[in-house]
Parts: sequence; C-alpha cells; structure tokens
Amino acid sequence: MSAPLAGRQECLPSYVESPMTASPHILMCPPEFYGIEYEINPWMSRRRQADHKLAVRQWSELHDILQAHGATVSCMTPVKGLPDLVFTANAGLIYRNVAVPARFRPEQRQQEEAHDRQWFEEHGFQVRPLKSDTYLEGAGDALFCGDTLFAGYRIRSDVRGHQELGELMQCEVIALELVDGRYYHLDTCFCPLAPRMAIYYPPAFDAYARDVLRANVADLIAVSDEESEHFACNAVVLGKTVITNTGCPALHEQLRQRGFETAECPLSEFVKSGGSAKCLTLRLDGEDAAAWRSEGNQ
Amino acid sequence: MMSQINTTRPVDFFTEDVEVRGHIIDSLILPKILDCIMSSGATFRIKEIKIGQARTDPSYARIEIRADHAGLLDRVLAQLADHGATPTTTADCQLAEADIDGAFPEGFYSSTNQRTEVRLAGKWIPVDDQEMDCGITIDRSRAAARCVPISEVRIGEPIVMGHAGVRVFPEERSRDSETFGFMNSAVSTEKPKELAIRRIAHELAENHKSGGKTLIVAGPAVVHTGSGECLQQMIRMGYVDVLFAGNALATHDIEQSLFGTSLGVYLDEGSPADEGHAHHLRAINRIRRAGGIRQAVEQGILTSGIMYECVRRGTDFVLCGSIRDDGPLPDVITDVLVAQKAMREKLPGVTFCLMIATTLHSIAVGNLLPAHVRVVCVDINPSTAIKLADRGSFQTVGLVTDVAPFLRVLVEELTQLTK
Repeated sequence: MSAPLAGRQECLPSYVESPMTASPHILMCPPEFYGIEYEINPWMSRRRQADHKLAVRQWSELHDILQAHGATVSCMTPVKGLPDLVFTANAGLIYRNVAVPARFRPEQRQQEEAHDRQWFEEHGFQVRPLKSDTYLEGAGDALFCGDTLFAGYRIRSDVRGHQELGELMQCEVIALELVDGRYYHLDTCFCPLAPRMAIYYPPAFDAYARDVLRANVADLIAVSDEESEHFACNAVVLGKTVITNTGCPALHEQLRQRGFETAECPLSEFVKSGGSAKCLTLRLDGEDAAAWRSEGNQ
Repeated sequence: MMSQINTTRPVDFFTEDVEVRGHIIDSLILPKILDCIMSSGATFRIKEIKIGQARTDPSYARIEIRADHAGLLDRVLAQLADHGATPTTTADCQLAEADIDGAFPEGFYSSTNQRTEVRLAGKWIPVDDQEMDCGITIDRSRAAARCVPISEVRIGEPIVMGHAGVRVFPEERSRDSETFGFMNSAVSTEKPKELAIRRIAHELAENHKSGGKTLIVAGPAVVHTGSGECLQQMIRMGYVDVLFAGNALATHDIEQSLFGTSLGVYLDEGSPADEGHAHHLRAINRIRRAGGIRQAVEQGILTSGIMYECVRRGTDFVLCGSIRDDGPLPDVITDVLVAQKAMREKLPGVTFCLMIATTLHSIAVGNLLPAHVRVVCVDINPSTAIKLADRGSFQTVGLVTDVAPFLRVLVEELTQLTK
C-alpha cells in the first residue's frame, strides 16, 4: 500500500467514534488492488486496463475534494483479489443505523460481501441481511429521494428483495426497471439531489419507470447521452455541492441554475470499470435527499 | 345452428398462479406484469388483489396466467419472475410407495373426476385416466401421472400423498352448450321434452362430427318398451361408439330377435306367448351353445337386434353381470373388478355419454367418467339423475321421460340431421 493511502486509513475516525456527525460521513476504499481483472459490465475490458498510478491519483483527488467540502471519510482496508471493493456504494444500503449488506449477482464480486459485512459490524451498524434469496447491490441500486426508496432492478438487483427493504424500513419502495446494460446500477442513471429533485438519464429506464419517475419526482434533470457516458448521474451530493467526473458541463450549468455548487474530478480510470464518483463512495449518514436523514438518527 | 359446443376436451390450456407484492401500483409493476402477459399471447385473471391503504403499505395481487402451450407459459413465467411475480405453488407433490397390494398408504390423495395436475420436479403434469375415488400414481421415467383404482395398487408404486403439489381444475360450466344451459343441470321434469330431445340430438351429432366418441349405457327397458329398433338405428347411423349394458338388455334383445318376445311378451301385440316365460332362458341357452354373441352372429343364429348390430358394425360393447342374472350370456363379465377394468379400457376418447333407463349401471359408469364428459341421463324415475349428481357426476343433465318416446324423437331428429 502506498504511504498516503495508508496514512489516511489509520487516521480517519470510525463510524462508532463519530456517530451521526453533522458533517457528511462517507465510506471509501483505497484503490490499492484496483484493476480490470474480469468483465461484468459493458464498460469493462481486460484489454483496456486501468492505469493504476493514475487511478490512485484520481481516487486521492476525489477523497480530498470530499474532505474539502466538509465530509468525513472513513476507509475500508483494500483486499488483494477484490479489485471492485473500491466501489463502496455497492457495499450495502444504509438506513439510520441499519446496514443491509450487499448480495452480489456477479460471482466475481461475491467475495466482497464478507468484508463489507465485517466493516459494518465493526463500525457500530446493525447489520440486517435480506432474508429472501435475492440480489441487492447496495446503494448502487437503492437510493432515497424524499420518503421513497427508489430501487433499480433486472440487471443486477432483484425486484423481490425490494419488498423486504420496504418492510424493513417502513417506507415506500418504487421499483424501476433498468434496460440499458451500460447503466446496470440505478446510481449510474439516477441521482437524487433533494427530496423532490433528481438527475436522471431517461433511456436507461423502461417506459413504465420513466412514467413513475415523472410522477414521483417533481424536478427531474435529464442528462444528455454524451454526459451520461461520462457518468454525469453518478454524482456525489454533499448538501448543496454536487461532485461528478469531468465532462459534464451542461449538467453542471443546470445545477448551478438551481443553486448548487459543482465540482469535478477526473475519474477516467474508474469509468473503465463502469464506475465514477458515486460508485466510489457510500454515504454512511444518509444521502441529503433522504427524508429520514433530516428526521435525525433514531 | 343450435349448438356451438366444442365436444373435444374443453380444458386444453396451461396455467399457473403467480403472486406479486410490494408497491406494485405506484411502481406500475402490476400493469407492467399484466401488459407482459397479454403481449406474450397469454391471458390472465386477477384472482385476488389487496391495495395498500397508506403510501407505505404494500399491495398484493394473485394472478392466474393461462397459455395455450407449456412453452409459452414457461416463457411468460420467466419474464414475470424478473418483475417479482412468482408462482404461488412451489412444492412438488408428496409421494409414498404403496406398502401392500390393493391398498394405498394412509394419507393418500383421493381423486375427483375433475381435471387434475400434480407437480413433479417443478413442473405441472396432467393426471391421465381421470376418475373419482382413486389414488394417483406416478411414472417418474415418463414424468407421467394417472389415476389408479384402489384394487389395482401394487407394492412399490409411488402414490401421491396429501394435497401439496396437487391442483384441480373445476369444470367450467359457463362453457356449456345450449342444451346444458337450457336444462341447467337440474333434473328436468317440467320442461318441453321435444325441445330438450332435439338439443340432445344436436349434441350427439356435433360430438360425432368432431370425432368424439359416444357411449350409450342402456337398461333392458329399451327392449321391453319396444325401443330396441331405435337404438339399432342409432348404431347403424354410427352414433354409438361404445355400448355398456348388463345381461338383461342383451338377453331380452336376443330373445326378441329369436322369439319376437321380451320377457315372454310379444312386442308387436303386447300379448304373452305360450311358455314365453322360458324364452329368455332359451335365448341364453342358444347363445351359450354357440359360444357367445359374436359366434352366434357368425353362425347365422342371431340375425337382428341391438347386439347383432353391434357385432355387425364392430361397435364395442361391455356387458357386466349381477347376482340376479340368469345364465348369464357368455359375453357377460361376472367379476365386477374385471368388468370395471373392461369399461375403463373403453373410456379413452369418450366425450358424450347417454344413459338410458338404468339406475345402477348409470351410477357405476358415472363413477368412472371424468367430469369433462357430457352426460345425459334419461329415466322415467327422477331419482336416477339425482343419484348420479349426488355421487359426484355433477355434469349430468337429467331428463325425466319414458324411454320409448325419448328414443323415437331422438332417432327422428338424428335422421333429419343425418339427411
């Protein structure tokens, strides 16, 4: 492990030490063992390998931007042979002090589950695995917007598991069918900004899901094909700041018109794996768009 | 055109119940599922739906899916599974091996006469030889199931236990033809008889035309009342594929052919013949001496009558004995289990059954028939049809009338239709 990353891991407070801080709390995993070792989505190609040094630099820059915007960042210990552990958004779904650990569909990522679970347990979360035998790829496929949990299905997560989440969290769960393999997780094509506001890429959804989104989210910002390919929807939201990969100027302009500050961070080496800013982070204290966050931790 | 009935087996579809729960209304998951079913060419029926009251309350729907073939059903089910709709029944049927001959293991599934399927290795398979009051046995190598009568159970046969993994399809009465709708399965004593008979004639003709087999179960009153000729005409016209009767019908039919009497009474005059009481025994004796009915026909001894027409035309017949039989004729099967088996063997393909003037034989045949076979029971005594329905042959339409006018009008109508 490179020294700067190790230093970050050791010095950062755990969730237990800092339960529900006022500042946003984010989980990341240093990209020490990141690489394209298999192909489980259309972005990945072992012949188009990530530049590891560049990836480390890009990850560090994102880490620093998050901290600079007031976020507390905790880090998981990277594990050799688990290159995608870096995408912590998929580790689990957080609701108050409950973590529903991921159950991955691709076999290549299933070994991550034990590490994710262990991290949640060691950091004071009440770990509640799904009882049903269904796939759920963490916050990658389940995002709160207001009182409602929007959940993507068909490509990675199962719609049947959503019902269990609804029971567990006593909230409405709206299932959205994803139809474009490039946007295999909900967080690659949908990003709640506030309780009634979100970014989305319409072609990633089937017609029913598009209707549902229009009916349930008052202010939907559609991104273009080009910016979607730069993972415009895979944004990190910290209060009124939105951080994305580079190459999303039109979206940034729309966000600024709505009173958001924008920041960008080059994440090309992670896009090669089908991930970007949001995928590299897991919000441990609840996304800003989640209504329950403002109700306080119970 | 009076009758639109499809006389082939009316239930050739494949079905599965699925259930889906969650926020299926707001997510448009339910309409999507229904659209999915329709656009694939299958149909659905919502059997149960519960809509959540509060926004966070989940909703629930149970949907029956019907498809014309198993492949389509499988495809639809696979598609729906992705949207969270899963089959309600996932359990296979439970099996136990018969531990003795001639009896089921305790707790066996007792069959009805309605179309039944059992789930084996995750697949629903139809039960063949559907019959009430039997068990169900499985042939794993062929993934097949069939009803098995208690007396035919053999050690080691796998027998379906309990109700898990078994489903029964109630006969759809709404698909009944006009005749059945008109008489509404009640025993009809005060309805216009000729209209009813005309409609029965149409049923028979339609059944014949569509390739379904017609079974006649007849009692000796057919001969006593002088209606034997009508039944003979029906056989000659090809409207009788199988005849079930007892020793009496055949004996009196042959008595009439040989001596012109039935029970010693001349049918054309109504007067008793001298020594006529012995005619039926002499008839039996002559056939026994010939070796059987067929042999009597071949030897030129028997030259007319119902049984003669059956032999001449190659119409299958099964004659079953009883303890009050004289003789009996050599063709009469006196072991009731063997007789039941012989009748069962003639039932495949039978889609219409006309029971005329016989109570016990009608009930016996009713017990063997699957519910999709149309049954018309004609008897002077209303209790015959009532008994049939009470014993589970609910698909029976009863017509209370004397057999002679019934058969006369029926044959007139059939003659008209044949022309």
